[in-house]
Amino acid sequence: MLKVEDTQTPVEFSAALLEQFADFVSRYPEGKQKSALLPMLHAVQAEHGWLSSKAMDKVAEYLKIEPIEVYEVATFYTMYFLRPQGKYVLEVCRTGPCCLVGAEKIMDHIEQTLGVKEGEVTADGLFSWRGVECLAACGFGPVLQIGPEYTFYENLTPESVDQLISDLTAKANN
Amino acid sequence: MGRKLLLEHINVPGINTLEVYRQKGGYAAMEKALKTLTPDEVVEEVKKSGLRGRGGAGFPTGMKWSFLAKPEGVPRYLVCNADESEPGTFKDRYLMTHIPHLLIEGMIIASFALGAKTSYIYVRGEMMPQIRILERAIAEAKNAGFLGKNILGTGYDLELYVQPGGGAYICGEETALIESLEGKRGNPRIKPPFPAIAGLYGCPTVVNNVESIAATVPIIRDGGDEYAKIGVGRSTGTKLISAGGNLAKPGVYEVELGVPVEEFIYSDEYCGGIANGKRLKAVVAGGSSVPILPANLILKTIEGNARVMSYEGLSEGGFVSGTMMGSGGFIAFDEDQCIVRNTWNFTRFYHHESCGQCSPCREGTGWMEKVLHRLEMGHGKMSDMDLLVDVSKKIEGNTICPLGDAAAWPVASAIRHFRDEFEWHVTNGAEAVSRNYGLAHYADPLPKPEAAV
Repeated sequence: MLKVEDTQTPVEFSAALLEQFADFVSRYPEGKQKSALLPMLHAVQAEHGWLSSKAMDKVAEYLKIEPIEVYEVATFYTMYFLRPQGKYVLEVCRTGPCCLVGAEKIMDHIEQTLGVKEGEVTADGLFSWRGVECLAACGFGPVLQIGPEYTFYENLTPESVDQLISDLTAKANN
Repeated sequence: MGRKLLLEHINVPGINTLEVYRQKGGYAAMEKALKTLTPDEVVEEVKKSGLRGRGGAGFPTGMKWSFLAKPEGVPRYLVCNADESEPGTFKDRYLMTHIPHLLIEGMIIASFALGAKTSYIYVRGEMMPQIRILERAIAEAKNAGFLGKNILGTGYDLELYVQPGGGAYICGEETALIESLEGKRGNPRIKPPFPAIAGLYGCPTVVNNVESIAATVPIIRDGGDEYAKIGVGRSTGTKLISAGGNLAKPGVYEVELGVPVEEFIYSDEYCGGIANGKRLKAVVAGGSSVPILPANLILKTIEGNARVMSYEGLSEGGFVSGTMMGSGGFIAFDEDQCIVRNTWNFTRFYHHESCGQCSPCREGTGWMEKVLHRLEMGHGKMSDMDLLVDVSKKIEGNTICPLGDAAAWPVASAIRHFRDEFEWHVTNGAEAVSRNYGLAHYADPLPKPEAAV
């Protein structure tokens, strides 16, 4: 079942976003514009922080496909957020190789430091976190990534995580 | 020192730029292919090289290319599989980050060989930094006249695009990848038809791993015969190994196929031994899908010979006492690691990543995860091990795509080789939560094989 929060608020796409859409669509043969769906959803999420159902409907309209075709994709792939997130989403690899070098301790530490459970947003709206599956950086574990740029943080320790959180807090408050 | 064909210049400052890449001889192989060889001759060189697919399956690349249908008036596509998601594997990320032009050059050579005018590099969505690196490299190559219309005045046209995925392991399976590239859920297709006949947009398509495509550059530069001289037997050339887990020097290493596993783990040229002076307990040699082996079986075959890193060497002994090369994701476990916990972790991964299309995989991975979790938490039963083997056997071979097998093998092999550790989790449930089983006998010398009667 599709669980999407906020199905009412209208959504506007910026001119920059529409320009990106046109660039994506130009990469495929005529009539195959649906191929642009995944990159378009990434671009919308980068601008809006998550994918509301109105936003997905607008994407469907742009691509001349049915809204369900967008929903089924957005719910299949794990990178798309179907509800609002913190400004910074800390995504920690929880798969085997990272766990061999302490990923579980890092997740516990993040949970304690932020004071929110996996998937929840901190009261100031700045952070949420979750465990994700293998990020293909197994030689540099534990690792985490932060969208929408998907910047990588490697060889994490509790101290480096503390530093990261305080740096991001300072950045957001400036 | 082993020869380096892909990573030779990886540490040269600025090798990620076109200028430095060309100073180091880059794009010469592409020029040689386009100006002096026919597409069929390029395919022939790759066949002669003996190159086998580096993504996991190990199918001969040249043969895969020769299967491509070439109906008149129908476009053909080359798609590079850069959806690197197999736990333990991070070589493609490394290659794309540091030497992106090697992949671009390989894409031009391979597209020319296949007669593709539009090609895509499908990169997993989490690798946005690598997508930006590749797009910059493509723009540089286009400026230099290596992409676009009439490349180097040869009359060959090629457009190359980077496509992001959305975070789904299954899209590493080639037909799921094609579905995803068409803007759909990553549900693998029933085969036949194979992509070589009906792939992207129903057109003939070849899907190759990043490393396979990069390897065509040294193959064309030096000739297929030269490439085939490296390696051992049917395992020709070099292979990138992603070394992770409890190693002193984890990282990506290029090895000549045939290097002994013991040398790879313990020599300073490669991993430098186990981290923190601990002892080796087990290895998953080719990415999380391949059978796990205890230390004694990964270092030596059941015959007592040194096991070597090659397709045949790692699979010697079949699934009874061997494993597979897979994607080259080499994960080392030290004596403090718990095999039950890791098997549960891997199974959770496969349950999470199952596309849900085939019930044996969708349901079976979930049940295995539940049973493994109760074993890890000290609530297991003695009958659970047989139950797990039974479930794994019912998944294996009964699904559209190989994810089912990939989920079944780690469980079946862990129980095959570490059954006493699983049993200890049942008999000592409370203790198993607070401490690990340890190294036990897993590194002991193997008994000498009995003489044939």
